[in-house]
Amino acid sequence: MENIKETCLHSRHLALGAQMTPFGGFDMPIQYSGIVEEHEAVRNACGVFDVSHMGEVNISGNDAEKYVNHIFTNDVTGLPTGKILYGMMCNPEGGVVDDLLVYKRGDNNFFLVINAANIDKDMAWIMEHSDGYNVEIIPLSDELSQLAVQGPESEAVMEQVLGITCADLQFYTFREATLDGNHILVSRTGYTGEDGFEIYADNATIRNMWDTLIESGRALPCGLGCRDTLRFEVGLPLYGDELSETISPLEAGLGIFVKLDKPEFIGREALAAQKADGVKRKLVGLEMADKAIPRHGYEVVTDDGIVVGTVTTGYRGISVDKSIAAALVETPYAEKGNNLNIRIRRKTFPATVTAKKFYKKSYKK
Amino acid sequence: MIYYSKTHEYARVEGNTAYIGISDYAQKALGNVVYVDMPEQGDDVAAGEEFGAVESVKAASDLFSPVSGAVVNINEALIDNPRLINEDAMTNWIIEVDMTDLSELDGLMDEEAYANFCSAEKH
Repeated sequence: MENIKETCLHSRHLALGAQMTPFGGFDMPIQYSGIVEEHEAVRNACGVFDVSHMGEVNISGNDAEKYVNHIFTNDVTGLPTGKILYGMMCNPEGGVVDDLLVYKRGDNNFFLVINAANIDKDMAWIMEHSDGYNVEIIPLSDELSQLAVQGPESEAVMEQVLGITCADLQFYTFREATLDGNHILVSRTGYTGEDGFEIYADNATIRNMWDTLIESGRALPCGLGCRDTLRFEVGLPLYGDELSETISPLEAGLGIFVKLDKPEFIGREALAAQKADGVKRKLVGLEMADKAIPRHGYEVVTDDGIVVGTVTTGYRGISVDKSIAAALVETPYAEKGNNLNIRIRRKTFPATVTAKKFYKKSYKK
Repeated sequence: MIYYSKTHEYARVEGNTAYIGISDYAQKALGNVVYVDMPEQGDDVAAGEEFGAVESVKAASDLFSPVSGAVVNINEALIDNPRLINEDAMTNWIIEVDMTDLSELDGLMDEEAYANFCSAEKH
């Protein structure tokens, strides 16, 4: 393994007895007490995740808005300061370089949050496409750490345990503040389908917050294992599973984050053509009657044994007590209610096409 | 007498019968077991070959039989309650095999050798 990185909380994860595994180039906690218990804590109370592996980059300068619009599928034109947009960076073919959050910090000043596994690729992409734009691009991944406080009790935990006022923050907005002399950025965002917050700060500040949260007993330490089960149940995509350089946002059902009415952005022509012609495959949900568990990469087949798709993520649901999957399926077979099969090792098991959200999100709007 | 394989299955041997399951070490590493894919009664299993899978929330792990023989029973309690493996992996065997070649046991580890094997794997 080449130079596996550690977050600033690595020794704390080990001290808590976490099961560690490489993810996105970092040695990350998969679970502490157990995925099921951690998943339930986030659905019903509060959990805290170390998500310091995520990458950050700041883009400012006279052309920053124009430039972000050039590389980003969503539209930041006139976006009010303090608001956040989700969207993708696409390649000219309409495939996804990465999915990301864009925070509007001020006029021509944006903060981008990108996936850990894509940091080097994204930085190269961002630099490469900035020619001719008057922008200053500052990578921040190495100096910033990040916590996600998630679950229905997260607002109370943020205010009472961390002393961060956030009740007035709306979903997908953020605020920058000074806490004990340190600059922090707090947003009402997350990747669990529950209400929650994400905090960006320097390493020392994040370590202090983590310790305070764990000592309080009000937030259960949660690993990337339940982060995946939580995001999957509510139909949120994971880059590498539901999105990739060869899967377009339209195929993944994320068209609302692709603003084809913008005059220009990388991938626009390909995506506009895809929309006009109709996508050849679609991301759907699959629900199984049997207890066998579909996994990433398993084949989706018709009753005649013809392969018409691939599972992108699958689990025995935790909040949903069923075997469920997301799968990219050829459009003629992707209609809800359609009966298909999933090949699991030596056998095939029947599955019904459903929506890709298996569990209702509980965001605070 | 209990024997262990390098792929973390055990064979608890009584005469010609082997009760095959996964070790406590494997159970801990897997986490919450949510499904056990078992062969059917009457199927043959072969030493070193896959005969099913144990699935945790995270992932599927193939099961490899430590011995060859015929499956005379599967642990049906695991169908509705796969978590029994987390509660006690050593009692909750997965298949009962009528062994055809007792010499295969010589290639497996005893309790002490397996404990050393696991602690070496951890570091």
